Amino acid sequence: MTSHFLLMVLFALLVSIVFAVLLRDTPREQARTGGVMFGAFIVTALVLGWLMYPFPL
Amino acid sequence: MSPKSTAAERPRVAAEPGTLALVCVAGWLIPGAGHLWLGRRSKGIVFLIVLSAMFVVGLWLEGRLFPLQLSEPLVFLGALADRGLGLPFGLAHLLDLGAGTVTAAGYEYGNTFLMVAGLLNFLVILDAFDIAAGRK
Repeated sequence: MTSHFLLMVLFALLVSIVFAVLLRDTPREQARTGGVMFGAFIVTALVLGWLMYPFPL
Repeated sequence: MSPKSTAAERPRVAAEPGTLALVCVAGWLIPGAGHLWLGRRSKGIVFLIVLSAMFVVGLWLEGRLFPLQLSEPLVFLGALADRGLGLPFGLAHLLDLGAGTVTAAGYEYGNTFLMVAGLLNFLVILDAFDIAAGRK
């Protein structure tokens, strides 16, 4: 798999699950926290990606 | 009375120091084992599956399990993070996995998955310690 985006999504998903289960005790809270965290990961990555777009390596 | 007790309802009893150490060692060797030991089965199973999956994905992406060498401080820190998962790391070491392929497209991603899996397991061990110490 060489899709950077899919790898980032997989990473965000797995890290969100661990943090949600670590920080919350009920399945409902875990699902909510995990969802918010996952969304925040993806949105932040996309925003940072666009912000870095004009800068060449 | 609810049929299923929540973490908040469970009595907080501090374990003996020896048991605390064993919980931490078990959690280091097998991700989630500390929680399983303490009766937090669902949490323990999630940690076991997710952290093991992260480690396997890291190896599959041809990431590297860094050697402990103090001459390169950043490599040393990466090596410590890699060792956060005791048994998976040992198995990978025995099977000569984790050599890393710098030219592979997934090399840096693999390193990140391997290191973050180890670091997250350190947090999981601290959580198990807090539970065993009666703080949670």
